[in-house]
Parts: sequence; C-alpha cells; structure tokens
Amino acid sequence: MTSELDIFVGNTTLIDEDVYRLWLDGYSVSDAVALRVRSGILEQTGATAAVLQSDTMDHYRTFHMLERLLHAPPKLLHQLIFQIPPSRQALLIERYYAFDEAFVREVLGKKLSKGTKKDLDDISTKTSITLKSCRRQFDNFKRVFKVVEEMRGSLVDNIQQHFLLSDRLARDYAAIVFFANNRFETGKKKLQYLSFGDFAFCAELMIQNWTLGAVDSQVDDMDMDLDKEFLQDLKELKVLVADKDLLDLHKSLVCTALRGKLGVFSEMEANFKNLSRGLVNVAAKLTHNKDVRDLFVDLVEKFVEPCRSDHWPLSDVRLFLNQYSASVHSLDGFRHQALWDRYMGTLRGCLLRLYHD
Amino acid sequence: MPGKLKVKIVAGRHLPVMDRASDLTDAFVEVKFGNTTFKTDVYLKSLNPQWNSEWFKFEVDDEDLQDEPLQITVLDHDTYSANDAIGKVYIDIDPLLYSEAATVISGWFPIYDTIHGIRGEINVVVKVDLFNDLNRFRQSSCGVKFFCTTSIPKCYRAVIIHGFVEELVVNEDPEYQWIDRIRTPRASNEARQRLISLMSGELQRKIGLKVLEMRGNAVVGYLQCFDLEGESGLVVRAIGTACTLDKLSSPAAFLPACNSPSKEIKEIPFNEDPNPNTHSSGPSTPLKNQTYSFSPSKSYSRQSSSSDTDLSLTPKTGMGSGSAGKEGGPFKALLRQQTQSALEQREFPFFTLTAFPPGFLVHVGGVVSARSVKLLDRIHNPAFVGIMGNTRSYKLLDWNSFNSDEPETRDAWWAEIRQEIKSHAKALGCHAVVGYSESTSICEEVCILSASGTAAVLNPRFLQDGTVEGCLEQRLEENLPAGCGFCHIPYDELNMPFPAHLTYCYNCRKQKVPDVLFTTIDLPTDAAVIGKGCLIQARLCRLKKKAQAEANATAISNLLPFMEYEVHTQLMNKLKLKGMNALFGLRIQITVGENMLMGLASATGVYLAALPTPGGIQIAGKTPNDGSYEQHISHMQKKINDTITKNKELYEINPPEISEEIIGSPIPEPRQRSRLLRSQSESSDEVTELDLSHGKKDAFVLEIDDTDAMEDVHSLLTDVPPPSGFYSCNTEIMPGINNWTSEIQMFTSVRVIRLSSLNLTNQALNKNFNDLCENLLKSLYFKLRSMIPCCLCHVNFTVSLPEDELIQVTVTAVAITFDKNQALQTTKAQVEKSLQRASTDNEELLQFPLELCSDSLSSHPFPPAKEHLESASSNSGIPAAQRAVTVEKASPMGEGNFRNRAAPPCANSTVGVVKMTPLSFIPGAKITKYLGIINMFFIRETTSLREEGGVSGFLHAFIAEVFAMVRAHVAALGGNAVVSYIMKQCVFMENPNKNQAQCLINVSGDAVVFVRESDLEVVSTQQPPANCQPLCTGGEVTT
Repeated sequence: MTSELDIFVGNTTLIDEDVYRLWLDGYSVSDAVALRVRSGILEQTGATAAVLQSDTMDHYRTFHMLERLLHAPPKLLHQLIFQIPPSRQALLIERYYAFDEAFVREVLGKKLSKGTKKDLDDISTKTSITLKSCRRQFDNFKRVFKVVEEMRGSLVDNIQQHFLLSDRLARDYAAIVFFANNRFETGKKKLQYLSFGDFAFCAELMIQNWTLGAVDSQVDDMDMDLDKEFLQDLKELKVLVADKDLLDLHKSLVCTALRGKLGVFSEMEANFKNLSRGLVNVAAKLTHNKDVRDLFVDLVEKFVEPCRSDHWPLSDVRLFLNQYSASVHSLDGFRHQALWDRYMGTLRGCLLRLYHD
Repeated sequence: MPGKLKVKIVAGRHLPVMDRASDLTDAFVEVKFGNTTFKTDVYLKSLNPQWNSEWFKFEVDDEDLQDEPLQITVLDHDTYSANDAIGKVYIDIDPLLYSEAATVISGWFPIYDTIHGIRGEINVVVKVDLFNDLNRFRQSSCGVKFFCTTSIPKCYRAVIIHGFVEELVVNEDPEYQWIDRIRTPRASNEARQRLISLMSGELQRKIGLKVLEMRGNAVVGYLQCFDLEGESGLVVRAIGTACTLDKLSSPAAFLPACNSPSKEIKEIPFNEDPNPNTHSSGPSTPLKNQTYSFSPSKSYSRQSSSSDTDLSLTPKTGMGSGSAGKEGGPFKALLRQQTQSALEQREFPFFTLTAFPPGFLVHVGGVVSARSVKLLDRIHNPAFVGIMGNTRSYKLLDWNSFNSDEPETRDAWWAEIRQEIKSHAKALGCHAVVGYSESTSICEEVCILSASGTAAVLNPRFLQDGTVEGCLEQRLEENLPAGCGFCHIPYDELNMPFPAHLTYCYNCRKQKVPDVLFTTIDLPTDAAVIGKGCLIQARLCRLKKKAQAEANATAISNLLPFMEYEVHTQLMNKLKLKGMNALFGLRIQITVGENMLMGLASATGVYLAALPTPGGIQIAGKTPNDGSYEQHISHMQKKINDTITKNKELYEINPPEISEEIIGSPIPEPRQRSRLLRSQSESSDEVTELDLSHGKKDAFVLEIDDTDAMEDVHSLLTDVPPPSGFYSCNTEIMPGINNWTSEIQMFTSVRVIRLSSLNLTNQALNKNFNDLCENLLKSLYFKLRSMIPCCLCHVNFTVSLPEDELIQVTVTAVAITFDKNQALQTTKAQVEKSLQRASTDNEELLQFPLELCSDSLSSHPFPPAKEHLESASSNSGIPAAQRAVTVEKASPMGEGNFRNRAAPPCANSTVGVVKMTPLSFIPGAKITKYLGIINMFFIRETTSLREEGGVSGFLHAFIAEVFAMVRAHVAALGGNAVVSYIMKQCVFMENPNKNQAQCLINVSGDAVVFVRESDLEVVSTQQPPANCQPLCTGGEVTT
C-alpha cells in the first residue's frame, strides 16, 4: 500500500511557522521531518512519523505554490487562490525576505550577477547555510535590486511599496542594494570584524547625504548612485593637507581645544597629520570608481587601525572627530565649508560606527 | 422577451504574459450569452488592462436567463495568427432573478483555463432587468429560490412544506464524442463545462416549474448530481423539497422569543400568488400560527413502464431498529389516518430535509434504503442496439437521434427505487421518508443506484391545511414530551416489521422505544442526549471477479446484501463499543470498482436519554473446552469491556440511575446476556419484554468461529479515539458542545493509495482501507492541532475506485473551535433554559408554549449533583449560534455573560474574507440574507504532470483554485460566506506514463451574508428588555 496522492486544502491556508522556517532554511522534506521528530513533536501530539511526513509534504507544497507570489508580495495580497489572514501574509513575506547575517556579509557589495550566483556553492560550504537558502537570499537581493533600480523616489519607500517589508527590513535591503550598486568592498580580511549592521548604518548615512537624492528628489536612482558632482568637488578638500600652513593651523586648533580632555592626547598630537591626510585623501580619491569601492578598506586602514593600535577609547575618537570637523570652520583660508560638512558629517558617523574591535 | 442582461467589463489584473517578446499581453474580452457575442477593444501591452467597456446588453427570454451561463472569455490579440485564449469565466446569473437576493454581480473573478488553471482576474459587473410578464411562469421559473441547506433557511419561515421534487436531464458527454478525437483537450473540456452548466440551468428551471405548479416558492435541500456514464452519456439529476417560505423581516428576527403576537411580522411571500391556505395571523400562540401543510399536488415523476433492463436485481434493506408501545391506541390510529390521507396523495412522500421545524417530526421508524444494479449499455434504444450491436463505431453517428428517450429510462429506474423506499417506510408504519438522498456509483457499464432515508411519522398538524380540532392538538402536545417523542416507535408493536427489542421510553415512561435507533437525519434539536457524540464509521471491502455486463451486474447484486449486512453489523458493534444507542446522519456509500466493492458508512453516534442503556459486547468461542483459547477469549473480552468503560468516560456518558419504582415497569438488567449471532436486526431473538416479564437485556454476542470473526473483533479495537481536545461528527452539530467560537476552518483532504499485491485477500484489503481512513483522520487531527479544543463537524467521506488498484478517499469537513472553559461555567439553570429553547429550529419565530417548557422541565431526570453538570449540559443539542440568536440580546443576563468572557477579537475580519462551511450556520454569526445557490463545475487537465508537482501538486492547486472561484463568486454577489457547502464530485484520473492527469470537481452551497453576533450586540442593547425574562435568561451569547 503506497500513498499515491495525499493533499489537504483549507479554505484558510494553513501556515505552520516551524515548517515554514525549515522550508526557508532550505531543508529537504526528509531532513525537515527528521528535525521535527527531534523537536519532540511526536511525543507532544501522539502523531506518527507517517503523519508528520504527510504534513510536512503538504506544507512544502503550499509554500512552493506561494513562492511565486512571494516574489511580488503585492500579488500575495491581491491574489484570490490562497485565503490568508493579513497578519499571516505579513509574516510570510517578512520571513521570506529575511536573510542570514553570515550570508549577507559574504555577498554584500558584490555584483548581483550570475558570476556571484556560481559562488554560492562556496558560500554555502563556508557559512553552512544550505545552498537552497543561499539561492533564495541571493535571488531576493537581486529581485529587489532589479525592481528598484532606475526608480524615482526614496529607496526605502520604493522597497517598502513593492515588497511590503517592515521598515527595518526595507532599510536593510536599501543598504544591500546601495552596496551592490556601488560595489563597496566588504570582504577583505581587515573588514571581517565589521557586521552587516555596521555597513547598513554607513549605507544609510551615505544615502542620506552623499547621493543625488540628497540634493534632488526628482531623479531616477536618486538614492542608489553617489552624487558625482559632489565626488568631483571633494578634490577641493585636498588643500587641507596640501597647504602646510592650513594643516598646521588645523592641528593647533584641534590640539588647543582637546588638550586635557583626551586620554590619548599625545598619540593624537603625534598622529594628527597622518590621520588628517588619510581622511582627506580618501575624499579626494573618490572620483575613481575603484577608490569608491575601497572606501571602507581605506577608512579602516587610514583611520580605524592607527587609532586602534594606539588604543584610543571610543569616547576619545568621538571627541577628536567632532573637534576635527568643527575646527575647519575656523580656518579662514578654507572656502569649502559646506562641502566639508557634507563629507565629514557622514564620515564622522561612519567612522564612529566602524570603530570597534 | 422579458429580460435584459447588462454586462460591463471593467478591468483585468495579473494577466499572464502572452507575448514573450515584450513580456506583455494585448488583451480583449468576448462576452457571450446564448448566441450573442460582444467584444471589448484590445487593450494593448498591459498585464493590468483597463477596458472600462460600455454596457453590453442582451435581450433574452427568461428561460434562457435561467439555463444559460454568461460566458466571458479573455483573449490575447494577435495580428498575424489566431487569437490565443487566456481563460474564461462562467457566471451563473440565476441569483439575479429572485426579487430579493442579489441585485448586482460585481467583482473580481479568477480567469480560469482548463489547462493552465487560474490566470489572472477580471472585474465584471452584471445586472438584469426583468420585465413583468403575465405568462412569465410558463416556461421559466424565475423567482423560485433554491437552497442547498437541508433545513428551513435561517431567515425564513416555512409556511407550507409541499414535498418532494425531482428531475433529471440527459445528454451525450462531449468527452465521448468522436469530434473529441480531433478537438484539443481545452476545447473538449470547455464544451463539457459549458454543457453541464447549461444542463444544471435547465434542470433548475424545470424543478422550479414543478415547484410553481405546487404553489411553492422555494426548494430546500436541493441536491444536484452528475452521473458521468461515459459512453452512454451524461446525466444531471436533482432532488429537493418544495416549500413555501416566508421571509422573516429582520426586526422580528432580532427580537427575543416572547409570547406576543405583535412580533409576528409578515411579509408577502415572493410568489405573486396569494396563498389561500397559508397562515392566519392573530392567535396569541404563535406556534399554532405556523400552519405547515402539504398541498396536494400531482406527481411529476414520469411513470414510464419498466425499461428494457430486465436486470432489476435489487437487494433491499429495510434497516430499522425499534418498536413501541401501543399507547394512545385510538389516537394513534386517528393520527395515522390523517397523515396517511395527506401523504398518500403524493407519489413520494419524501423530504430531503434533515432538520425540521419544531413539532414536524413525530416518530422516527428507522433507516430505509434501496439499491439497484443497472447496466448502462442497455439503455439505448433497442433499434439502435440492433443496428450497431455493441461495437464502438456508433460514436461516429449522430447521437441525438438515438438517445432521445433516455431520461425516461433513468426516471423509471429511480421511480422503481423510490417506490421501494416508500414500501419499506410503510412496513415500518411510517408514511413519510425524511433525510432522503440518492446517489450512484458507476464503473464501466455497471451502475449502482442507491437511495436512503429515514422512515418517519410527521405531525398531521403540519400536514393539513386549515385547522385541526383543538382537543386533538392538545392530545398531541401531551403525547409529545420534549426530547423523546421522536424515539417512540411508529409501528404496531404486535405487528412488528422485524424482530426488535422494546422497552418503555426512559424519558417519559409512557411509550415504547427500540433499543437502538438509526437515522439519516440530524439530531433533532430538542432531543435529550447524554454526553457527547462521536463519528462512527464502518468500512468494508469485498473482492469481486472481473466480469462483463450481465455477469458483472449479477455478481455485484449478489454481493450487495452481504455488504449491507456486514456494514450494519460493524456499525452496531462500534456503536456498542462506544456505549451509545443511536446513530444520526447515517450515510452508507457502496462504491463499485473493476475488481472490488467498497462500503463506507459514516454516522454520528450518540446516547439518547430516551433509549435503554446499550448492552455490552460478549465474545463467545466455539470450542469452550480449549484452555488457552478460552484464555485468549477472556483476554479479548476484557479488552472490549475496558474499551467500553473508557469510551463512556471519554464521551461523558453517565446516564442517571433511575429507580424502578418510579415507573413501575421492569427495567432490564444490563449485562445479562442473551445469545445472538450477528442477526441483521440486532436484538432480535429476544422476546419483547411485554411478553416475557423477566425482561432480559441483551448483550451483543460475537461468536468467534473463524479467523474472519477474529479479524472483525480486532478491527473493532483498532479504531483509536481522536486525541484529547478533538471531537468529530458527521452531523451539523455535536451534541454536548454548544459554546462554539467563531474560528472555523473548512477543508478538503484527498488521498489515493495504490494497493500493492496482485493476490489481494479480503482481509488485506479491509486492513488497507481501514488504515487509509484512520491515517487520514490522524493527519487531520495533527494538522488542526492548533485549533484545540475543537470539533470536526459534518465530516463527509467519499470513496471512489478510479482504477484497478487505486482507492481514493475524499474528506470535506469543518473544524470549529469551542471554548472549553465556557462549558464548565454553564450553570445548570442555563442548561435547562437552553433545553427549553432546544426545539427551536426556526428560532426566529420560535415562541415556546409555556406548557411545553414546564413539561420538559419536570420530566427532566437529571439530579442536581455537580458531577452531572457536564452531562446535563450536553442536553442542549443545538448549535450555539442558533441559541445565541434565540436568546437574543434583550436579556441583560446574556449581555452580562458576554462581557464576562474573553470575547475573541472579531474586528480582524478583513474585507474580502469569504467563509466556507458545510454547515447551515456560522458559529457566532447570524445569517441575514441568502443570495442564491452556488453550483459550479470545473475540469482541469494537465499534460505536464511532473512539472506541476506530480498528482499531489496538481490536485492541491486545483482544489485551491476551486475554493478561490467559489469565494470570488460569493464575494461578487455581495456575500461573505458559503453555507451548506458540499463537494459533490471529485473525479481524478491520471496517466503518469503520459505525464497527464485530469480532474473534475463539482461543488455547491448557498451564498449568504452574515453578521457577527458581536456586531449585533450594539443594536440589540438599545432594545428594551422584554417581559420574557424567564425564557431568555442565562443563555450565552456566542461570538
């Protein structure tokens, strides 16, 4: 006696959250059944393994059918085939678009192309996330990217509108899309200590201040592309380190203000010119795409690592960066105050976030 | 030309991509009705076209309006080649033809293609202008309402219940026409869908005409079925109960049941004909006001003389258990006479209803059923057979010239069976059959026709027009103690149709009752029940040799009586094992396959307080001297006894002890055994206690004389009870549970198993089948575990044998969560109050005569002890929804209760949610409007079975699509639920080698609008409390 066909269809579609989780995690039906058995569900319910198998198959089939709709969440809301309460719909979507930290760190800033997709095998082995789950997450990133690119308006709003994600998740996706679009390098060894949250934080600041959208809200891709003009202008900041007088003056202003307030004052004083050169040079180089990609590598190399090697506490870093940006306003010979603020305001936020072990 | 149909195509959405190059679609729509077609403009390059068409107007006969479906086809425009069809929508416009159902159909309909399934949606608006025409009822029957619900619909009142209506139409099946050899599967499927839609329209119209002739205005318990006879054609047949219904205006419906005639608000019945013999308004006892009457009408069944089939191999079974006292001798005779005269005028005094207005049902005799085996290839015109012989070449001929007389043949078949049912009923001393239904099972050219129902005696008060003498009526009331009257035997005790064991009624002690009672109806709402009920199934397989034609039919006919007998024995054993004494909603399905017959009986077992305590099951070995054997037997005996004890606990069956003195009649001693070997009428050999004063109680004895019997005993014990927190029944309501919450989940589950070995034995087959059903139930319990505590209601199993080694079981049911704590809080007072209301079926007009109430109270045998609380609460066997309605909001107590309990949030009912349920009510809600019948037929076919996820993926998607289409149609009618939903057919065929599968599904139900009781609350609190406190207090308001 073999079961040829075995289905259960409810007027309200039954969604088992645990099975959904297993499905999203990419487990096969038999693995999922084994995991469920291990969870002790048989003892709790008095069911048999056969029942569990049938139940799991059924849920998997349902999820498989729902998957097509989940690719365009508004369809899930308007479709007539599955009657699902709104709260459940939201859960389905949110979970489907949720991603693993380990996975996102691997692909963050990479081009969402076929080439990357081929590497998913390795990522799967490395992160011990099933290949199926990696594919889903990768495809989600790519799908969101495709839909919102060349779209007008706020990136987060667009994502929210087209994928009905929670605010939090939509912001994360905005960061992923922004990173993918600008191809920021995040995989280098020295960047490994950074979490997705760190990058997402920086992305948000950069979207707010450095993109086209920061100056004009009526252009396509306004939140995805960096403001080219702004990047060009950043060259002007070079004078801060190229002009020796200006550099000295800047240093003395900062040192005067911070004397006695900084635990690492002497180290700061000794390192000031290096740090300042580092920060200004990063800005000046941003006209080249290659250097844009290496932004985070440069920031870590030129600023985070030197400070860390001198054991600056975070509070000192904050004091220094505040004073460092503010003192520029007192430099009479410097004409690009607004540009400096647009650059440094964001960079200061990023650096503070990036500065940890 | 009395009708104008207007259609507007608004927009489409989620259309499929038809042009690969642009990833877009150039869609337009064809709107067809009858032979007229309109087209919209092509909306270029969009998957969400906005046509916003003009109003397309069709001027048509109302006859066509009833028969024809509106056909909407969405196509992709193609300049160079033929336009590609995207899909279709069929809209039944019947609901627009009643005066007060839906006025407009407007909404998003899934665009359905028989090959691809649902492909996007289309927004359509449909309206009908009917012109008044004096001759309007000549051919059409616009205005006759149809209800699938097998009780008087909730917001109506039955003025007259006229009786049985039936009709069938026959056509050739397009699938079997020669042209289908060259037609595409899509064209063929669509031809079939359209034809069936047309045929059901025609059938409904014809039934409507009969109803109008009977001066009725509605059909209740309408059941329409298809017989896919293959090459011999396609039969669509329907049965129903003609009624004259009166719409209850809503204010009256919301008022509490009080004894005030002013509440009796009348509405003019919707047929224009002023009914002379309906109800006279005014009397202060509203019960008397409802004059149910049968208007004599002529018979409609064509009485064609017996067909060519001389193979009328009809095994008959009159299954009835029971007997009665000869109490009320002359009165009974009088009653019988009256009933007889009223009923005998009609050919078939059958009623498809399973629940009745209070007082309608007087006595129940037992189940009557009849089956007949027919050969389908014999139905052709003899001349035709003569010419063509049995070769298949006739397919090339024009069918219509040959099968013109087929309906008569089928009619004759059914007439024969109905006649038999009628005579069975008569043998049980009954003049009517209630809970009546018909079904078929077809395999190749063999067809088993089955009919079954419950023989009953109906109240003459309801049977005749005008008034009955007051004294008679009074006698009647006396003789009908609440909660047990229907159990009293209708037949003559000294002239019993079958040997049965009688005792005095345990409730009233006046009349005789049988020891067990089997019925096909729902548990009457006023029945006194102890404990909870449970689903009881008997399952049986019998192998049969493959054979052709007559030999096959003969083999089947020979097997049938044995199957019936065994099914019956199994039911009886299981019933006793549960410690119960009555079955309701009994449905026995016999399915024929190539090499086997399957029998599946489902029913809900209960313990009726009026019937005696069932005896145990006694096992007897045939060789009493063998020591080890003896030991084995005693071991089994112990197991059985333990099971019975456990079941009694589980279902809370603890009947009150009644001392003999009270009644002064001998009380049978339980557990005293009598020898009885599987006789068809259980308790038979025993002489009735009247004749034999020692009054022994029989115990059911199973003699284990061979392995077969051993097998049976084992199978008895293998049925595992549902996990704790779960109950199940196949009736509308579960006795003993009355505090439903609003959480319901309707579902369909299908399983197909392939039998492995070729040399199957009956035992192996039985075991496989048993496991299949048990595992299916277990799966359901597991899946629905989040709803605990919960009850599966209206569990409906259907078995089919699609191929040699395949068994398919389809289950549709609804799971309803109930509030366990609430049940414990119920005070005894409340219980009793609810008991008073218990017989309120048609609750709105239900105004209880006080005598009856007090009567029921005093005769209520429950001791006030605490431990009986639970069992007492089980007596109110009416659904909470009904009760809550009955209690109504005017009672301040009710409100108080409502506030106290944690009311589940109802606010989350989102717009667009359509509930579906096989029940006639929605827990915690009130049905305010019936929008019309939903009757839909779909075919789905695939040639890429693997790609669609195999058979399971294919059928899962299809059933989900069917649900979606039903919901969309209901929503477009303005409704938010389907009640009395039923999946009448689910025919699944596969050919995995060719990667193909096909499935046909037929569903029906009543589209309704319901309002949550919690929403009504606001309105009702504004009404002043009425002076009917004692009647109304204490009922809980369920949400």
